[in-house]
Amino acid sequence: MSKLLNVSSSPHVRDHVTSQNIMLDVAIAMIPATAYGVYQFGVKAALVLLVSILSCVLSEYVFETLMGKPVTVSDGSALVTGMILGLNMPPAIPLWMPFLGGVFAIIVVKQLYGGLGQNFMNPALAARCFLLISFAGPMTTFTYNDAVVSPTPLAAFKAGQSVDVAAMFIGKIPGTIGEVSIIALLIGAAYLIARKVISIRIPAAYLITFSLFVFVFGQHDLMYVLTHLCGGGIIFGAFFMATDYVTSPVTTKGQIYFGILLGVLTGLFRLFGGSAEGVSYAIIISNILVPLIEKISLPKAFGKEGK
Amino acid sequence: MNNKCTERLFNGIVKENPTFVLMLGMCPTLAVTTSAVNGAGMGLSTTVVLLFSNMIISAMRKIIPDRVRIPAYIVIVATLVTIVQLLLQAYVPSLYSALGIYIPLIVVNCIILGRAESYASKNDVVASTFDGIGMGLGFTVALTCIGLIREILGSGAVFGHTIIPENYHIAIFVLAPGAFFVLSILTALQNKFKAPSATNGSVPQSKLACGGNCMSCTGSSCMSNHEVLETRKKQAEEEALAAKKAEAARKEAESASAASKKDE
Repeated sequence: MSKLLNVSSSPHVRDHVTSQNIMLDVAIAMIPATAYGVYQFGVKAALVLLVSILSCVLSEYVFETLMGKPVTVSDGSALVTGMILGLNMPPAIPLWMPFLGGVFAIIVVKQLYGGLGQNFMNPALAARCFLLISFAGPMTTFTYNDAVVSPTPLAAFKAGQSVDVAAMFIGKIPGTIGEVSIIALLIGAAYLIARKVISIRIPAAYLITFSLFVFVFGQHDLMYVLTHLCGGGIIFGAFFMATDYVTSPVTTKGQIYFGILLGVLTGLFRLFGGSAEGVSYAIIISNILVPLIEKISLPKAFGKEGK
Repeated sequence: MNNKCTERLFNGIVKENPTFVLMLGMCPTLAVTTSAVNGAGMGLSTTVVLLFSNMIISAMRKIIPDRVRIPAYIVIVATLVTIVQLLLQAYVPSLYSALGIYIPLIVVNCIILGRAESYASKNDVVASTFDGIGMGLGFTVALTCIGLIREILGSGAVFGHTIIPENYHIAIFVLAPGAFFVLSILTALQNKFKAPSATNGSVPQSKLACGGNCMSCTGSSCMSNHEVLETRKKQAEEEALAAKKAEAARKEAESASAASKKDE
């Protein structure tokens, strides 16, 4: 029968976007940062990434098989969770820690709450915080140039030392595997925005609010703001973790509120907190507030405006 | 009598386990179970208080006026807790300092007031005493299990003997989030393997209209439960009304017959 004359119930317009496509795009967008991390930190970083990805995919497969649920490994969400988790690890971490993190991310944070789409916080970040609280030592030991333990530029900056912003932009600094090279992350982010996988709203609101916060409450100096933007995981967090579909608001206004909240929290943690970094905690705290944000930012139905 | 006592013990330890089934006394459960010894210490202290409070309240249940029963219970429980606190301080100071504020807080433990209100105030002394022992032991077993798992994972030790080297300790399990993880997973396992309890439907004579099977409940049963309870209430009211009417009719008939007798 001709398509024109085909009568069917709605929906009439269908799109080719699936979870699988989106996850694949996110994975592709993380390739520059991954490649740079492996190039800079060597085989160790590659192993950490491999272990965390395998751990996430295996946990998902084993848990869903044991529970008699349809196995959803092929949608790629476990792969992306594993990649984000691996990119959030310091390169010199003992390999069983990313493994444990992957099991925690998938089983406790994602599957126990009902699988993809039901988790109320980003699994990879929750696992990172779990590891950070449990193993504070290994999780904050950053090596650079093989076995030289040095503080991250952000920690050095907080302690009052001067840092090289250009090196931070390229990524020639110690840090977690994925967060070091701002330029590689921005390439990936541009790909995601060009493919319309993410909208610019959350990252833009996040970064602008954060910059203003740091400018007002830190030092009134553009170089200072730039150092804060290039240091730590804020670029990685803003484009790849805060924009997770499941744990960010669906409403347009809500996404802006979400970004502003993230910016303020990150600024608070970085400037007034005990630790130099605060992106992960800011994101998971905001994740928990997403239902409330959606409640206050619910758009008015057409024809009901102004009432 | 003996049968009833063992039934009370089983009820407290398994069927209505205060921690995993009734979900009472969560504050000490989450706060002090950082090690198995702390959990057992807390559980046993509570058991002692529970045993004597149930005994005393049951013995005095006919003397205590209904309107001031809660203050009266609190006075009894607080007296017992003070005794336990002083004894702990004198003989096991290490446990005393580990449990800290949570010993005086036994006074407001839901399990103790709950058992006083729902069991000891309605039953005889022996049954109430065994109810107290059962509930207390159930609480002790639960707290010791939680404490043991948290201790093994979080500080690599069993009752203080280190078995796992320090590099492998998952510190989050001795912190607050670990308490929630362990409690929830143990409760889930308890439900999964259908240990006989009041909430998972393996107890047939549940008083709830929905059957009390909380495992398969999606929340929608609550509505129907509410409806059933309402209709039952209405039925009971109607029956009472009908009984009253019948009574009035009978009296009328009686007086009428009496009147007619008088006439004769």
